[in-house]
Amino acid sequence: MKIREVQAILNATLVYGEEFIDKEMISACGSDLMSDVLAYVKEQGLLLTGLVNPQAIRTAEMMDMKCIVFVRGKMPDSSMIQLAEEHGIVLLCTEYHMYKACGLLYSNGLCGKE
Amino acid sequence: MSFLSELIKLVYQVDGDDFTAAGSASSDVKRIMKQLGMDSEITRRVTICMYEGEMNMVIHAKGGEAFVEIDDEKVKILMKDKGPGIPDLNLAMQEGWTTADETARNLGFGAGMGLPNMKRYSDEFQIETKMGEGTTVTMQIWLNGGKKVA
Repeated sequence: MKIREVQAILNATLVYGEEFIDKEMISACGSDLMSDVLAYVKEQGLLLTGLVNPQAIRTAEMMDMKCIVFVRGKMPDSSMIQLAEEHGIVLLCTEYHMYKACGLLYSNGLCGKE
Repeated sequence: MSFLSELIKLVYQVDGDDFTAAGSASSDVKRIMKQLGMDSEITRRVTICMYEGEMNMVIHAKGGEAFVEIDDEKVKILMKDKGPGIPDLNLAMQEGWTTADETARNLGFGAGMGLPNMKRYSDEFQIETKMGEGTTVTMQIWLNGGKKVA
């Protein structure tokens, strides 16, 4: 699934990364706990999170994730956007809660990876 | 043929008062390993170990120092702080056990996964701690024949 499709399914606002939105995502994970992402995530391009601080961007960077979706209507600040720009990480924001956002992507074919 | 012509040594000061900058040393190590064309899985493991170590220093010890050495056989990470020390190492190594406060949890950390993650992703893990003096963690990740972490 392309990031462009993720944006459409989640009715999300694109905060940064217009030039990357045709990148293909093959799996995703949802978590507010970055240590869990570091512990259990592998080869997943998309992170859904309610955590809005620079460590969400850092964690995505460390794990080579290409896109972050902030759920529950949360918006990243300028320092986060700058960090995402440095590492080419697309930022999306959706009003949906975590459960619904994950469910919508999963039911549209973007599965997690064990 | 040798992978590296000489030992690479990197030193970082981890600022304990700047939550925003936490992770910048790990980011730099990752960038250098990429530039060196090192294996992506090895790079991922080194990055996770170092990032968790950095966060621990920021959360618990008001910062510290990180020393990274890269040679033909391994990446060695030594992280040294002058924090309060860890009262019970056995407990601290258990997933889920933590003394971190609300500030750490607001950062997405502080759930008792830091040290277990560092051990999980390193081939060799050593920790020394002394109450009132600080903690030193040494991790080594082999470039060949290291563990496979799912």
